[in-house]
Amino acid sequence: MTLPTFWFIVIGVLWTGFLVLEGFDFGVGSLLPALGQGRNPADTEKRRRVMLTTIGPHWDGNEVWLLTAGGATFAAFPHWYATMFSAFYLPLLLVLVALIVRNMGFEYRGKRDNDAWRRNWDWCIIGGSILAPLLIGVALTNIVRGLPIDADMEFSGNLFTLLNPMSLLGGLVVLGLSLTHGSFFLALKTEGGIRQDAQALGTKLGLGTAVLAVVLLLWIGLTNGTVASWITTALAAVALLAAIFMNTKGREGWAFIGTAVTMGMAVATYFLVLFPNVMPTTLTGGTSLTIENAASSPLTLTIMTWAALIFTPIALLYTAWTYWVFRKRLGTHHIPKPVAVS
Amino acid sequence: MDATALARWQFAITTVYHFLFVPITIGMSFIVAFFNLMWVRTHKPEWLRLTKFFGKLFLINFALGLVTGIVQEFQFGMNWSDYSRFVGDIFGAPLAFEALLAFFMESTFLGVWIFGWGRLPEKIHMACIWLVHIGTVLSAYFILAANSFMQNPVGFRFNPDTGRAEMADFLAVLVNKVQLVTFPHVITASYMTGGAVVMGVALWMAMKHSNAKTAEGTKSTDDAAEASMYLKATRIGAWVSLVASLLVIVTGDIQGKIMTEVQPMKMAAAEAIYETQTGAPFSILSVGSLDGNEATRIIEVPGLLSFLATGDFNGKVVGINEAREMEKALAAKVSDQYGPQVAALVQDETYTPVIPLTYWTFRLMMGLGFLSSLISIAVLWATRRGQIPQGWFWRQAAIWNPLLPVFAISFGWIFTEIGRQPWIVYGLMTTATGVSPRVSAGEVLFSMVVYTLLYAVLAVIEVKLFLTYVKRGAEPFEDPRDHADADEDAPLQFAY
Repeated sequence: MTLPTFWFIVIGVLWTGFLVLEGFDFGVGSLLPALGQGRNPADTEKRRRVMLTTIGPHWDGNEVWLLTAGGATFAAFPHWYATMFSAFYLPLLLVLVALIVRNMGFEYRGKRDNDAWRRNWDWCIIGGSILAPLLIGVALTNIVRGLPIDADMEFSGNLFTLLNPMSLLGGLVVLGLSLTHGSFFLALKTEGGIRQDAQALGTKLGLGTAVLAVVLLLWIGLTNGTVASWITTALAAVALLAAIFMNTKGREGWAFIGTAVTMGMAVATYFLVLFPNVMPTTLTGGTSLTIENAASSPLTLTIMTWAALIFTPIALLYTAWTYWVFRKRLGTHHIPKPVAVS
Repeated sequence: MDATALARWQFAITTVYHFLFVPITIGMSFIVAFFNLMWVRTHKPEWLRLTKFFGKLFLINFALGLVTGIVQEFQFGMNWSDYSRFVGDIFGAPLAFEALLAFFMESTFLGVWIFGWGRLPEKIHMACIWLVHIGTVLSAYFILAANSFMQNPVGFRFNPDTGRAEMADFLAVLVNKVQLVTFPHVITASYMTGGAVVMGVALWMAMKHSNAKTAEGTKSTDDAAEASMYLKATRIGAWVSLVASLLVIVTGDIQGKIMTEVQPMKMAAAEAIYETQTGAPFSILSVGSLDGNEATRIIEVPGLLSFLATGDFNGKVVGINEAREMEKALAAKVSDQYGPQVAALVQDETYTPVIPLTYWTFRLMMGLGFLSSLISIAVLWATRRGQIPQGWFWRQAAIWNPLLPVFAISFGWIFTEIGRQPWIVYGLMTTATGVSPRVSAGEVLFSMVVYTLLYAVLAVIEVKLFLTYVKRGAEPFEDPRDHADADEDAPLQFAY
């Protein structure tokens, strides 16, 4: 395997890590109105605080996977980074705004005991958590579908080029997977009413997402599929159905692993369809960005490889440790009094 | 305005804004970690209370530094795609290292520290905030290495087959001589800032409690104890800020000499001297257009510019006119050396930065910094032997001193980035050739307006929340060890 191919796989792994980890906190944030609805306002507030506290110690670290995917793409495939980020200029602006308001919401929501303050931040959390995976799904699907990239490796379309049916479906699938994954995470990490509600909702969301995901992956497969991508497509479908089944049986851990595998297999499908391109062009006479022509020099890739081999296991180790530290299920009785600041 | 000018404005706005919060984060994480260490070592309630009080303020500030940092990493590709293509082989690596080594550590351990009260052995919990601090410093190292490459490109070679600059020596990039002095300059300036924030907040609270009287008009022992706790924090903040500010001066002095060596134009632009001269004076203030015709220096220190630039009061300092010829020669040399692909990247009409901007930002950086050092000294003097000063002057000092180093740093960055113009990578690529060619002026204008409005709203919210938490003061002591490993169903010590 060549170094650029290895880095192509690493980028795929980083996107998988991002979707698996930030996917559940996107889901939890989006589900705030659906699952954070109690019998009375006080109960609603406690449920929301439980939900947010399950992701509290983790969302920031989860988001670093996106930054690392971005940084690694910059370092290993500068042309890919340059073409992709400038092509998706307006969608990425919205992703950034979504992430900003949502992260501020996590940090600031509980800093005042004030209903208007909390409601405003709730909208930031909900809106940001829905918009970000939706737009990221649109962007990733556009890459796989192909974009009008000219001979200078520059994107020559506009915003409406990006808003095609396949890519919009891709956005819905990433959002749906995040919602399902988030439900399973909440079922795994909470107790009492939220746990039951998350289980029930997870099954419905999972089935809806499964339909959309199968349509999307068949569509992509029939357009550009390879033998390998059909295998990962099948695995993604099986993993999602198994996850839903496990959820109905109350096996929350397996359900969560199931949606995680689904995301991994979906990313694998995307990357297998892409290979050996990283951004195929739809223009005749255009230049497709490939693993070879978009890559960095061998020296840079070698340095990056050593860094990744040494530091990724360390980061994984302490990340895993944090999940162990915060392994306890949370219920509304665990929620302390709100801070005494109005 | 064209797309390039707008992209530059956007980069300036988002970067300066981001870096208002970063130095506070670096400096305050150090002091909060120190308070936490003292709590674990002594178990005196005041250290825990200070840890939590300043910890909350630190987190209110950290949130904005974090969210605005994400924009920075995306912006290179979104707005500067040709720059990213040309130097990505070198410039991307430190950014990836930053994410892999620093961001993971910072954000993971911060999550554990925030939510880990009472859930972890206290020494491990305390180690988490130290790891956060180390993460912020590592992060600064990598991003400054990337910036230093732009100031003084080293460790690269031009590859005519790929038409771009490629890595030749990564170690050279990491130990660039500009980096070796910029990193300590920025880090010590960050400690100075963190110290100034702690000092200002704590001094305010100490004065408030020492002023407070009970309903009967007597001073309560509670208030005296509170005042003494805040006084301790005031002095720690002031010492950190003062010692750091001395190191800022030392590193800044070395940096000036290295800057003179690698970018003679920047030192000339800092003083707005047009003719090369020996024993060049340094003007504190001046009036006039600074265009070389009739600038009138009001207060001048003879030979000081020569000393800043060369370490010798009679040293020769290159003026703007000669520096401009040197940059033209540099552009011609790299054109000859690397051929037409690079020749297209090094053309500029003026080879001169905006002189009034470099002149004034250089003075504001130093002036605000010196003023802040003096205030630290004054506060240390006024609080000696447990005294708590009162009155208008000290209230103003408490309020404004935290902002002085923050803005000194902003002016420093504006100086160093504007002073490099027209280059995006000194001597190798002009800023105008680095911009994304297919992102329209309208799109950049739109995103710039969105960022500016969003950032403005967030700044208002942040400052109000910060002040609310200052006024609230430190919470009463509650021993976290009382809850440790207690009832599984007991409420958490911290939750969102």
